[in-house]
Amino acid sequence: MTDLRRPRRGTLNSIWQNWRLYVMLLLPVAFYIIFCYKPMLGVGIAFTKYNPVKGMWASKWVGLDNFKFVMKMPDFPVALGNTLLLNFMGLIAGFPVPIILAILLNELRSTRVKKLSQTLLYLPHFLSWVIIGGMVLQIFAPTTGVVNATLLKWGWIDENIPFLTEGWPWRITYTLVGVWQSMGWGTILYLSAITGINMELFEAAKIDGANKLQQIWHVTLPGIRSTIVVLLILNVGQMMNISFDRPYIMGNTRVQNYCDVLSTFVYRAGITNAKFDRATAIGLFQSVVGLIMVGTANFVTKRLGEDGIW
Amino acid sequence: MTTVQAAKPMNIKKEKIWTVPQIILAIIIIACSLICLLPFVNVIAVSLSSKSAILRGDVGFWPVEFTTMAYQAIFNDGSMMHALWYTVGITVTYTAIAMVLTILMAYPLTKKRLKGRKFFNLMALFTMYFSGGTIPIYLNIKELGLLNNAWSLIIPGALSTYNMIILKSFFAALPESLEEAATIDGANDFQILLQIYLPLSLASLATLTLFYAVGKWNSFQDALYYITDRSLQPLQLKLYNLIKGSQAVDVAMMEGGASAVATSVSESIESATIIFATLPILVVYPFVQRYFVSGVTIGAVKG
Repeated sequence: MTDLRRPRRGTLNSIWQNWRLYVMLLLPVAFYIIFCYKPMLGVGIAFTKYNPVKGMWASKWVGLDNFKFVMKMPDFPVALGNTLLLNFMGLIAGFPVPIILAILLNELRSTRVKKLSQTLLYLPHFLSWVIIGGMVLQIFAPTTGVVNATLLKWGWIDENIPFLTEGWPWRITYTLVGVWQSMGWGTILYLSAITGINMELFEAAKIDGANKLQQIWHVTLPGIRSTIVVLLILNVGQMMNISFDRPYIMGNTRVQNYCDVLSTFVYRAGITNAKFDRATAIGLFQSVVGLIMVGTANFVTKRLGEDGIW
Repeated sequence: MTTVQAAKPMNIKKEKIWTVPQIILAIIIIACSLICLLPFVNVIAVSLSSKSAILRGDVGFWPVEFTTMAYQAIFNDGSMMHALWYTVGITVTYTAIAMVLTILMAYPLTKKRLKGRKFFNLMALFTMYFSGGTIPIYLNIKELGLLNNAWSLIIPGALSTYNMIILKSFFAALPESLEEAATIDGANDFQILLQIYLPLSLASLATLTLFYAVGKWNSFQDALYYITDRSLQPLQLKLYNLIKGSQAVDVAMMEGGASAVATSVSESIESATIIFATLPILVVYPFVQRYFVSGVTIGAVKG
């Protein structure tokens, strides 16, 4: 009886006393095991000659054969190169836009215009790529699309611009649509960083005779420097990762060599053509290189004295 | 505070809102906003225009030869209405399950008395940086017998670690004294969660509900991978098939194969379907926008 009144310290007792917490964890932990960790074991498929009937464990172990095979496939360097190029173009074109937009929004004094434009600027972020892809297809269509139709009518061009049907125009359209979709949403983090800048710094700059541009250059930009650096490094770390929806939906057979990226390549090889082992090998290659890049990015961020992601 | 603010205008001249630079700035920002809006206006205009006007390339931002044929076609298309209600059902079920899982994971992880807290935390975080990849995940769904099953669209994504961390950081910010008081009154963890934590976190729960719901409404990839049965296809996949069909005609046109007439049939219907699939988002968007913004800023403060 006296034991019960004394606080107990053993692990078992602690678990016993807090059993309800563990009951709560049952479902989510089961979820993580079944839908996240079990597929992680499945990466072993990459090292086998996978037989769907026998399963992974009974399939023949072939070491790195699948990887060697994939590296020699002509589609692989194309998909890898496109992945890196499209991500790079997206970074160059897309990264500065939200910063500029956030600074402009911050300088705007009319709250009514600010609120209204923010509502419109955030909107594209909420749309699926199917919807955006459908709109893009329509707007940039030859002859009937509003862009080509207007340019033709005004006599600025003599024939349709092949926005979606030729390599480089497609790449540029793809990139700009990405900027369009994410520029407004991207301002949020910068705007909250700008709000965090000490107002006295602006006052002091003003007293020192700094004009608006000088204030932006010497106070606002240094104030959001760490946000910019962290987001830039994280973005660079994500270079190997590319979403599936956007290139898959915006792509078409005319630009096959320009729109095929790692994610669509894995889908085609694995799910469409049922080459599970090779497709898993591509996916694993991508995950591992991606993980190394994110890890490096994180390391660099911390080295620069910023908070990393871990 | 009020006295300080009242004193201010005497020292510093109150800044006028509409100076010349401010007007230029406003014009630039409004132009950017219009770039976000105009594509919609064009798609709406096309969906309400006649075939011949679209073909001539006359439709800009206002319907030409106004007609609601396209919308009538959608509402008379049984499979489209079926897809709409089916997608609503999937979205609601998914969101409910996802919220339950998220809450059940987030609450225990904020409790220091949970032995193995670090382990569970790591278990969740690791999945943000590494996954089995497309094919092992696909094969897992296949082994579970979920291919061509509506549950394959609901269960596999039913817990987002990102959202869980947002909720966890919110729970962690609630004062511990609340819990202590409830424990003294004899409340157990289930009661504390249901009667204290959840009622106090309604705003963040609303945010997460919307994150999940919008994400599911817009999701396309899972349906493309797991569903081949036409009656089980959600709206986004149906819309995708429609778009792909008309794009194939466009491409053929470029190659000089098909005539332009073939596209016009789908142009307005396609636009109407795009609007149809966007409408639920457009309707709730203005009301929920600020919740999303707050969710992003919380999410940036890492767990």
